[in-house]
Amino acid sequence: MISLRDLTKTFPGGVRALDGIDLTIGDGEFFALLGPSGCGKTTLLRTIAGLETPTTGTIAINTTDVTTRQPGERDVAMVFQDYAIFPHMSVADNIAYPLRIKKIAKAERLAKAREVATRLSLGDLLERRPSQLSGGQQQRVALARAIACHPTAFLFDEPLSNLDARLRLEARTFLKRLQRELAVTTVFVTHDQAEALALADRIAVMDHGRMIQVGTPAEIFQRPATPFVASFIGSTPMNLLPGKVTGGALHVAGAVLPAGALPDGSEILYGMRPEYADLALDEREDGFPGTVAVLENLGTATLVTLEARDRLIQVLVPEGDEPPIGSRAWAVPRQRRALLYADDTLVG
Amino acid sequence: MTRHVLGRLAATAFIAVVIGFFTLPMLWLAAAPFDDTPTITVSIPQFTLGNFQAILDNPYAAGSIVNSLLQAGGAAVLVVVLAALAAYALSRVHVPGRDLLLYLLLLMSSVVTGTAAMVPIFELATRLGLIDTHLGVILVVSGGLLPAAIFILKDFMDETPTSYEESARVFGATPLQILRHIVIPLVRPGLSTIGVWAMASVWGGFLFQFILLRDPEKLPGSVILYTLYTEGGAPKLDLISTFSLLYSLPVVAMYLLVSQRYGFRFHGGIKR
Repeated sequence: MISLRDLTKTFPGGVRALDGIDLTIGDGEFFALLGPSGCGKTTLLRTIAGLETPTTGTIAINTTDVTTRQPGERDVAMVFQDYAIFPHMSVADNIAYPLRIKKIAKAERLAKAREVATRLSLGDLLERRPSQLSGGQQQRVALARAIACHPTAFLFDEPLSNLDARLRLEARTFLKRLQRELAVTTVFVTHDQAEALALADRIAVMDHGRMIQVGTPAEIFQRPATPFVASFIGSTPMNLLPGKVTGGALHVAGAVLPAGALPDGSEILYGMRPEYADLALDEREDGFPGTVAVLENLGTATLVTLEARDRLIQVLVPEGDEPPIGSRAWAVPRQRRALLYADDTLVG
Repeated sequence: MTRHVLGRLAATAFIAVVIGFFTLPMLWLAAAPFDDTPTITVSIPQFTLGNFQAILDNPYAAGSIVNSLLQAGGAAVLVVVLAALAAYALSRVHVPGRDLLLYLLLLMSSVVTGTAAMVPIFELATRLGLIDTHLGVILVVSGGLLPAAIFILKDFMDETPTSYEESARVFGATPLQILRHIVIPLVRPGLSTIGVWAMASVWGGFLFQFILLRDPEKLPGSVILYTLYTEGGAPKLDLISTFSLLYSLPVVAMYLLVSQRYGFRFHGGIKR
């Protein structure tokens, strides 16, 4: 278990990288820190590892306060974005390095390295130098080295970002399975929302050093707490349309929708995922009107971009249902899938 | 066509002259020590090993090579150790005005330890009791080499990503272990380059050794070479050539050894 209490980190020069972080990560949990670059996620991971000292706040691992402890005394293992496998050591020596630091006899630590390497299908590569390995193999060496030291927690910094697209999907499945089997608390940093949704048990979405929302992938995807989270999550960006409640109805981008319990006069932001809308070719009062401007083929579906008066609205339609370019169309939001934001908070 | 041939001829002739300019001294160095009556020209030697006997009979010649080894080796070790520590610190710790400091050091070093500063350095060495000691020579020449060595090594250190060290830190390695297990092996080609460069510069150095040392028992080879003249001031070519050959061998041997062991290049896998 990792508990962070009121963690703040201000860098010299006044940059506030972490701003009042409160978080508890449960035993065996696979936890993602997600956010755009510069949001503080890597700083948070490095602070947990002990490579950065927090300005205020405390860090506890398994109820032991480790805030002032050296990185090596925290019993965590970190995998770096560039893997940081030592280029002058063989694969076996790399994996055995944490055990060498723990003063375990050479024969024993090499046996342990072999055992871990075999598990990660690196058994035939033990004598190789890192420069002779592929990107995927290097990543597994870095993982093996982290596993070999039997930590209470794994910290992964963008573990998949250096792999090419196809390999990344394989490595993702592999990583999730490995984490399940080892059942070791794991915190990983990513800027890729798909990676976070796919891997994590829980996700913390960060922005400007703050934690904006913490929840399961389903919660984050279905009920994003702020427009920022809403636009960050999802492989196609969410439509965020400003609207106003007048006469008991919600007027958004040329559509009239039920206002629910919202009082008259309230200004809201109407969020609709392209996946949660249907395209109608005949006029609909509850649909956003526009002209079909762009068609993007995504394989099993097509992303249709409608040009409305002063904005673009995107809708995903199944393959074969694409409207002709230039035609008039209405994007109709599906019931109970729309998100309403007032003053940056979710209201319906 | 003729023009082309003439051009080629001229170019070849020019290259031949340049090659001759550099090879003739080498040929002389290879031939003269074995010549019974060497001159300043290159000729097929009248073979003899008598010159080597003569140089060994010189009371200071053999000892001077040992002195050279002591002084150049000592300076090389001191330069490598101090420059490595300084370069590591300068590369990893953010000091305000760091680059300015480095450039100033580099600029001043050529002034401070040059001929211009000879008198104050002599004065300083005298007061510290370092005149006529190996240590004095080692300290003074190391001081001259350090800024450039730090400058070059800092570049090597900058090239190695900090994630290697951080990774080792998270596994619990102490700073000394990180230096021993990670940093030194990674920059070893740089260290060996600096070591060879420092050793070779001191090996050929003359002025400081000439000024700081009195006792002929402590003089290095470069200064002893200067004594191999007759009373009339004429060079004893047989001794000079033989001693020069012997004197150059350790440096060549060191270069070959280091180049074979470490190679003057970077490890694969560091640069990304």
